[in-house]
Amino acid sequence: MSETIEKLERLDKKRKEHEKKEIERSSIYLKIFRANRATGEQAHYDTVEVPVQRSTTVLDALLYAKGYKDHSIGIRYSCRMASCGSCGMKINGIPRLACYTKVSELYGDTITCEPLSNFPHIRDLATDFTQFFEHHKDMQPYIQNENADIKDPSKLSEFVQSPEDVDKFLQFSYCIKCGCCYSACPTVAMDTKFPGPQALAQAYRYFADSRDAATEERLELVDDRHGIFRCHFAGSCSTVCPKGVDPALGIQLLKGHMLGYSSNEKKIADLKERLMRK
Amino acid sequence: MRESQIMKIHYVTGIAALIVVAVHIMMRLIMPYNMSLEYENVVANYHNVPYVLLLESILILIAIHGFNGLRVILLEMRQGRNWEGSITVLTIAAMIAIIGYGTRTILVANGLEMGQ
Repeated sequence: MSETIEKLERLDKKRKEHEKKEIERSSIYLKIFRANRATGEQAHYDTVEVPVQRSTTVLDALLYAKGYKDHSIGIRYSCRMASCGSCGMKINGIPRLACYTKVSELYGDTITCEPLSNFPHIRDLATDFTQFFEHHKDMQPYIQNENADIKDPSKLSEFVQSPEDVDKFLQFSYCIKCGCCYSACPTVAMDTKFPGPQALAQAYRYFADSRDAATEERLELVDDRHGIFRCHFAGSCSTVCPKGVDPALGIQLLKGHMLGYSSNEKKIADLKERLMRK
Repeated sequence: MRESQIMKIHYVTGIAALIVVAVHIMMRLIMPYNMSLEYENVVANYHNVPYVLLLESILILIAIHGFNGLRVILLEMRQGRNWEGSITVLTIAAMIAIIGYGTRTILVANGLEMGQ
């Protein structure tokens, strides 16, 4: 009990310290990257003054600027609650989710918003995710197991997994494909064929899943000239992830399996129906 | 050859090179450094079979590790089927050439001493 209280006190102290760091301002300047490749519009920055409150996020500020100052600002967003991953952009040079970054967390009176690096640019803050999703699809991000007959609904049954089995891949399943890690990766910046941290972390997510039986096939997918071994472990992907996923960890664990210093043996989960028959 | 196998060789040669180069440096320090570079002492080294084997292993390990590192850098610099195929062939050829030339130097130095 006393340990729990101590833990709560520590958390409370941390929260208070964090609150002290918050900067209170009545307005900020948004420096927004503007360009439209299709119409040949040259790249430049527009600065807009926006009123803010303590809880204002960068997305709120951008939407205020779009609603009341300049309707032509190009921005992609959807859920406003860090679930969809649409509003990824570089805020003060760091890839973040605009809806998950409060203005009060950022220093200076001017906040710079730019499109994500390593993605083809479309317009203003919007980038093209086609290649990013292609890399994700290449990793076959779905359970592959012949025991699960998904074509016959009468044979559908649950897999039985222990909490330990789930823990092995759970954090990697929190990925919302916002592209922040892909934008921060120095290898992606150089090597266009490199799948990137998001896709490689997903490869590990399905590799570690005890319901999946395509272990060898998954290792072959990433064992390529431009595959997993082109990761230099800069770790910037894990630093910028807004969902707390650690793609660098997944990549290193997968490398460990490929180099043979981690065990490749995985007990494939059984179907609930089959266990009941036994 | 799979990339994971190539990288296994890369890591093993890197670690092994670290050990043999450390031995090589220690061997240089058993006498004053200037003396170790004198002609007679250098030729005497090539006459010492275990030391010759150490030099040959340094040559092979560093050539494999270094040229594979160069291949990786060039692969990341540019992508394309022709480029990737060319740099793989070129780095392997350069590696073989360097090992061949270095081995020749060791054999010649060893042979000169034996001929005297």
